[in-house]
Amino acid sequence: MGASGAFFDEMSGADGTTRPHYAAFERWLNSTAPERIERKRVQADALFRRAGITFAVYGEAAGTERLIPFDMIPRIIPADEWTQLSAGLRQRIRTLNAFLHDIYHDQEILKAGIIPAEQVLKNAQYRPEMHGVDVAGGIYSHISGVDIVRAGAGEFYVLEDNLRVPSGVSYMIEDRRMMMRLFPDVFAKHRVAPVEHYPDLLLDTLRTVAPNGVLDPTVVLLTPGSYNSAYFEHAFLAQQMGIELVEGRDLFVTNEGVFMSTTRGRRRVDVIYRRIDDDFLDPQAFRKDSMLGVPGLFAAYRAGKVTLANAIGTGVADDKSIYPYVPDMVRFYLGEKPLLNNVPTYMLRKPEDLAYTLEHLPELVVKEVHGAGGYGMLVGPASTKAEIEAFRARIIAEPEKYIAQPTLALSTCPTFVDSGVAPRHLDLRPFVLSGSEVHFVPGGLTRVALKAGSLVVNSSQGGGTKDTWVLES
Amino acid sequence: MLSRTADNLYWMARYMERAENLARVLDVHHRLSLLPQSAGEIERQWTATLDIMGMLGSFRERELAVSTDTVMHFMMFDRDNPSSIVSCLRAARENAHTVRGTLTSELWEAINATWLKLNDFAPARLAETGPTEFFDWVKHRSHLSRGVTVGTMLRDEAFHFTRLGTYIERADNTLRILDVKYHLLLGAHAPNDSAVDYYQWSALLHSVSAFEIYRRVYRDQITPTRVAELLLLRPDMPRSLAYCMREVYGLLQAVANGRSSETQRRAGELEASLRFGRVEELIADGLHEYLDTALNRILDLGQRISNDFLVPVTT
Repeated sequence: MGASGAFFDEMSGADGTTRPHYAAFERWLNSTAPERIERKRVQADALFRRAGITFAVYGEAAGTERLIPFDMIPRIIPADEWTQLSAGLRQRIRTLNAFLHDIYHDQEILKAGIIPAEQVLKNAQYRPEMHGVDVAGGIYSHISGVDIVRAGAGEFYVLEDNLRVPSGVSYMIEDRRMMMRLFPDVFAKHRVAPVEHYPDLLLDTLRTVAPNGVLDPTVVLLTPGSYNSAYFEHAFLAQQMGIELVEGRDLFVTNEGVFMSTTRGRRRVDVIYRRIDDDFLDPQAFRKDSMLGVPGLFAAYRAGKVTLANAIGTGVADDKSIYPYVPDMVRFYLGEKPLLNNVPTYMLRKPEDLAYTLEHLPELVVKEVHGAGGYGMLVGPASTKAEIEAFRARIIAEPEKYIAQPTLALSTCPTFVDSGVAPRHLDLRPFVLSGSEVHFVPGGLTRVALKAGSLVVNSSQGGGTKDTWVLES
Repeated sequence: MLSRTADNLYWMARYMERAENLARVLDVHHRLSLLPQSAGEIERQWTATLDIMGMLGSFRERELAVSTDTVMHFMMFDRDNPSSIVSCLRAARENAHTVRGTLTSELWEAINATWLKLNDFAPARLAETGPTEFFDWVKHRSHLSRGVTVGTMLRDEAFHFTRLGTYIERADNTLRILDVKYHLLLGAHAPNDSAVDYYQWSALLHSVSAFEIYRRVYRDQITPTRVAELLLLRPDMPRSLAYCMREVYGLLQAVANGRSSETQRRAGELEASLRFGRVEELIADGLHEYLDTALNRILDLGQRISNDFLVPVTT
């Protein structure tokens, strides 16, 4: 790994020749007039805007809605690479579900000394309330969004396992629809694996984890409401699955279970795909000031009357302080060799790691252990001296809140920018579904940093998206 | 269907219909204000307009002088006036946004595009083009939303609650518009002369797209009793009270639940009185008195629909 100056480019090899899986696309691109591309770009913007495929930005005026920039050059993954990646994803998510079951039951991994017990049990994301609770099918993370990057000479690394309420899958589907609408001709020249059946797979997955004995479960999607940044996605998924999109105030709990209030009285709810964080789910069990949750939901959940997807307490498994142990978990639970690489991680609660990090801040990426969305992080090589020094003070004040990693030379892909087409860094978030079986659609959401040299791909930080093509062999 | 979803659909449709009716009312009053007349007369007309649409109190709180400019701005663009056209279109869009997953994508896009395009109508620009362009646009967008609703939505509860919102709001608005003459006469100094009288009645008919219909149906001069008959009793006139109530009654039957039998009965009672009533008897005690009673019955139905269907149950 390590930045050698040249980055791995998805489209072109080190010698400048086009990689075979991009050859047909490049021929198409070169034969297409720039004016046509520009017209299509304007058309795509208008279509996304009219369809309200937007996200709300926190910290800006209330109700501000922005488009996520959409880039028209797809990220293409050849079949053999996807086969390798998907095997690794399957292994990793099976492991993390086994880990969650273990730490909320017998805690074998702690007894074996693989992970220091206090790292798990004292973690803010560990939910003691979940200890001894049997969840349907033993599955905790039903929907996982694993952030994958490619660095160095092209190896894949897992940057982050998102096991709480990962978002972005609607853009994966909308980007595909947009590409097919704008450029039907280019699809005729490629065998692109479809992704639009994701909502079907998701609904199937959710139905397989209904409470015991429920034959025809009612599934709902629980949203914080229309001011949430991901509301478009919540509405989109509920609509595509044909299930009710509920808010906390639509649900109530009795001794019999969880119900929703309908125009024809109450109706039982069996599975809740919740897009609300643990803390806000139930003011009786967690944050008392939550206006979004359902009083009594946790008690009904503990009693096995309803399934929550994802389960409560998954955050401990995607916490950045637990992340370094995932390869050990694979070996411990599955007895297998880890297929996906982890990024080497310095844990700043350790004095020697802290000392190293403070000496090498300009070349490292420093992240908050509990942070997400690209907020509260330092990208050393892209920061000014003053920014680095300000961050240094924060680290020294609370070192246990941070981890550090080498700055990965993220791979690039040609991207439309103001000056034409230029390489921009990207990542990939495949969505892994775990019910009675593990499913996913080929590919995932590709996010791209639109600023030259930037490594931050988050939409809240000005990142864009690309359609992601897994080519069928 | 979730009670809250039904509530959002119902109000989405009501606000869209209300925006259209406001545009109709304002269009007519703007035309009337262009007739040669005294400043006092113009002021009285705008006061009447505010009164009819239930905004007189909130306008007076602004302590503004009543003039064509201040009243039109207040009713069209004032974002702090929850009843202005802009506020209605915003409320329609916010309700639609909340239930966008229940709407067909065409319907959501039609309502969202209306909201996005609204920003192009700056008050300053209308000073050049005149307000009619804006009124026509609002009516056109309302027609579009309604057409997409009818043309794309599954005939399920979502559709029924949307249509219920449309017809309750339209019934309310038709009654208010018909009452305009009463308000115009309030405090009039001069006895009505017949030319003004004709112009006012025909303006009223224009505002509900009924002028040509009146000519076709009656082939005669405009009389108050016939206008009342057309807008109250004609079963084939899509903005009449009778038409709206027939729809409301049918929709209530389609969505009926264990709590709604009294609401259905009251809607049916009103519907039957319009189906079998004669205009001379309805307005025997005065048109205004009848309209007042009818408006209260519509308000009562609206309240009952909320209680029966839209307020969440909790046990």
